[in-house]
Amino acid sequence: MPIKTEPFIINMGPQHPSTHGVFRMRVTLDGEVVTDIEPVIGYLHRGIEKLAEGRTYKQDIPLCDRLDYVCSMTNDLAYCMTVEKLAGVLVPERAEYIRVIMAELQRIVNHLIAVGAFINDLGAFVTPFMYMFREREKIVDLFEMVSGQRLLYNYMRFGGVSHDLPEEFLPALKKFIDKMPGFIEEYDQLLAENEIVLARAKGVGILSRDLALDISASGPVLRASGVDWDIRKADPYSIYDSFAFDIPTGNAGDSYDRYWVRMQEIRQSVRIIKQAIKQVPAGKVCTPVPLRLRPPAGEAYARIESPKGELGFYLVSDNSPKPYRFHIRAPSLINLTALRDMIVGWKLADAIIIFGSIDVTMAEVDR
Amino acid sequence: MTLVLSAPEVATKLESHFPDSIVESREESLVVKSESLLDIASFLKAAPEYDFNYLTHITAIDYNSYFEVVYQLTSTVHNNSLVMKVRIDERNNPVMPSMVNLWRGADFQEREIYDLFGIEFEGHPNLKRIFLWEGFPGYPLRKG
Repeated sequence: MPIKTEPFIINMGPQHPSTHGVFRMRVTLDGEVVTDIEPVIGYLHRGIEKLAEGRTYKQDIPLCDRLDYVCSMTNDLAYCMTVEKLAGVLVPERAEYIRVIMAELQRIVNHLIAVGAFINDLGAFVTPFMYMFREREKIVDLFEMVSGQRLLYNYMRFGGVSHDLPEEFLPALKKFIDKMPGFIEEYDQLLAENEIVLARAKGVGILSRDLALDISASGPVLRASGVDWDIRKADPYSIYDSFAFDIPTGNAGDSYDRYWVRMQEIRQSVRIIKQAIKQVPAGKVCTPVPLRLRPPAGEAYARIESPKGELGFYLVSDNSPKPYRFHIRAPSLINLTALRDMIVGWKLADAIIIFGSIDVTMAEVDR
Repeated sequence: MTLVLSAPEVATKLESHFPDSIVESREESLVVKSESLLDIASFLKAAPEYDFNYLTHITAIDYNSYFEVVYQLTSTVHNNSLVMKVRIDERNNPVMPSMVNLWRGADFQEREIYDLFGIEFEGHPNLKRIFLWEGFPGYPLRKG
C-alpha cells in the first residue's frame, strides 16, 4: 500500500546564517525536494529612494554607501556619474584613474566575499572566509588610507574624488597587486578542482541563457549563463576603454560557473589595476562643484558594471537642490527574479547554494 | 558604446505600424499611449531591426498631475537602447498593462511600483506589495 504524503511548507529566514542578511524563503517540500518557493523580502527596506528626495544631491552620497554595503565605492561612483551627467560636470583624468582603481579593488573585495560566503554555504563553515578576508583586509587598509573609512567610504564626489591619493598609497597598492595573483592561485588550488565544490555546485541551479536575458539578469549571473555582456565593454564609462581586459563567460549557467566567473573577474581586475598604476597621470582630482548643486531640470540615467551587475541611477531634477525622483536600478533585486525557476526541483540543501551563488546584498535588494 | 536610438525616428516607424499611438517624441524619449503600450512593446521586442531583448529597468515618477512610467529597453544584439514612457492621468485608480509576459524582468519591478506608487499592472501574475506589508496605509513615493 502506498504511503500517503503531503507537501510540507517550511519557513527559512529571515534570521538564518546562510541567507546573507535578512532574506526569507517560504519553501514547499516534497520529502527533501523543493516543489515551490516564494521569496519574501522587505525586512531591510529603509525607503532610501524616499529619503534621498528630502536631502541635497551631495547629502545623498552617504546614503548610496548604505545600499550595498559590501561595495560602497561602486555605489557612490554610479550615483556621482549620474549627477555629473545631469549637471554636465567634467571629471579630471587623474580622478578617473583613481575611480577605476577603487572600483576594481571593490570588485575584488566583493568577489572575495561572494566566493567565501558561497563556499561557506557549501558547508566549509568559516575557513574559506578566513582566507578571503586575509586579502580583503589589505584592500580595506588601502581604502582607509584614502578615505579614512573601512566600510562606508563616502570617497566619490561630483566631479572627482574627495582627496588625492596619499603618497604611500601607490607603492602599497603595487605591493599588494603584485602578490594578488599568488593568492588567486592558492584559492584555485583549494577550490577549483575540489571534489565537494564540484559535486555540489556543478550542474546545480541552472539559469539558461534565454531566461537570464528575459529576467534582466546582469553581472556574473548573466555572464555565467554565456552572455558576453559587461557594461565596461558594451557601454564604456569613465576610462575603461583605455585598458586591455577580457570578459570571462561561463556556458552552463550553473552555480559552479557563477563561482568560476567571479574568480576570473578577480584576475581581470588585477590586470586593469596594474595598467592603471602605470598610466595614472598627475593633476587635479576634483572639479569644483557648488555645495548646493542645482542641476538643470531634466532626467538622467547612468549605469556602471558594479560587482553584482548593472547598477544604475535614474534621477529627475526640477532645478532645486534636491532630487525630484531618485531611482536605483538594483542588480541584487533583479537577479533574484528567476530564483524560483533555479531552485524548484533541487533539494533543500541545494536551495541555499543556489541562492548563495547569485550573490546578493539584502541592503540593496530592499533599499 | 551603446547607441541611444533617436526617439523621433523610432516614432515615425511606429506610427506607420500603429497609427495614433505616440503622444510625444523628444530627442531622448518616446511617450506612448497606455492602450498601445503592449502592441508597441511586443513589436520592439520582436522586430529584427530593434530586437529589444533586455528590459534594463522600469520606474515611475509622480508629477502631481500625472504619473509617468519609464521603460528603459536595451538590445544586447545591436547594443542599442531606447527610453519609452507612458503617462497616466488617473490618480485614484491608476492601471497599466503589465510587461511580465514580454520580459519577466518586469516581475519584481512592477511589484515595487505597485507597492510604492499604487499603480496597478493588469495581467501581472502575482501583484502584491513587495517591500511593505499588506495593509500599509498609502503609497510612500507619491507626492502630496
